[in-house]
Amino acid sequence: MTTDLILFLILAAVAIATAVGMLLSRNAVYSALFLVLNFSTVAVFYLLLGAPFIAITQVTVYAGAIMVLFLFVIMLLGTDELPERTVLPWQKPMAVFLAVVLMVEGVYLILTQKTPGLINNAPTESTGSPQAIGNLLFDQYLLPFEVTSILLLVAMVGAIVLTNKEKKGGQS
Amino acid sequence: MEGVSVNYYIGLSAILFIIGVLGVLVRRNALVIFMSIELMLNAANLAFVAFSSVNNSLDGQIFVFFIMTVAAAEVAVGLALIVAIFRTKKSIDVDQINLLKG
Repeated sequence: MTTDLILFLILAAVAIATAVGMLLSRNAVYSALFLVLNFSTVAVFYLLLGAPFIAITQVTVYAGAIMVLFLFVIMLLGTDELPERTVLPWQKPMAVFLAVVLMVEGVYLILTQKTPGLINNAPTESTGSPQAIGNLLFDQYLLPFEVTSILLLVAMVGAIVLTNKEKKGGQS
Repeated sequence: MEGVSVNYYIGLSAILFIIGVLGVLVRRNALVIFMSIELMLNAANLAFVAFSSVNNSLDGQIFVFFIMTVAAAEVAVGLALIVAIFRTKKSIDVDQINLLKG
């Protein structure tokens, strides 16, 4: 067991534990906080994989902006805990069974692959520094970048239109 | 310093993705379902960065950048939808959102 593997296993245990915690929490606020922890753990994985820019973006965008939005809506609506009702009683065991089958299949396939490829934690020239990412983003991926800006604009307008109370004259 | 096999990262990504799928299937709270979708996107991002690292290429990290943008847009619109549904139904239990049921 190398130190890299031990570090990976500890972080993976934290990531899976927080994901399961998000899944099982009765209270939506706890779910959101578990998810923040999960995102932070994945950010550490990005650092290990030589992607510092993506790691910082993960922390600021995901763990920062998106989860704050989630927490804001949870507390705004005040529906952090729902009463447990079962419309389809067989759905939950069925879902768990199928997910376990899928997980066994996937993990078996992945672990039996003979793809070579060790990830070195030493910084190489492929390290995703902001400069390298920026060069690629504004050179080769300029058109997708611009399309993304339009997407964000549409999302912003959509969110404003959807949450705007309808004025008189509108239906319901 | 020896590295970690990329298969481990892909396996972890698969496990996180399946936990997200399970969250969508099992939970009834629309907000928790949304969080599970975020978890799935995140698992895909982890796989992208792992492959990017093992192939010595930055393209995977650019893809992660775009996925994050799409996720942010999706969350903004999705949460607006949830707020709008809550205004009419007074609930975000997905079992109660059955207006389209025949």
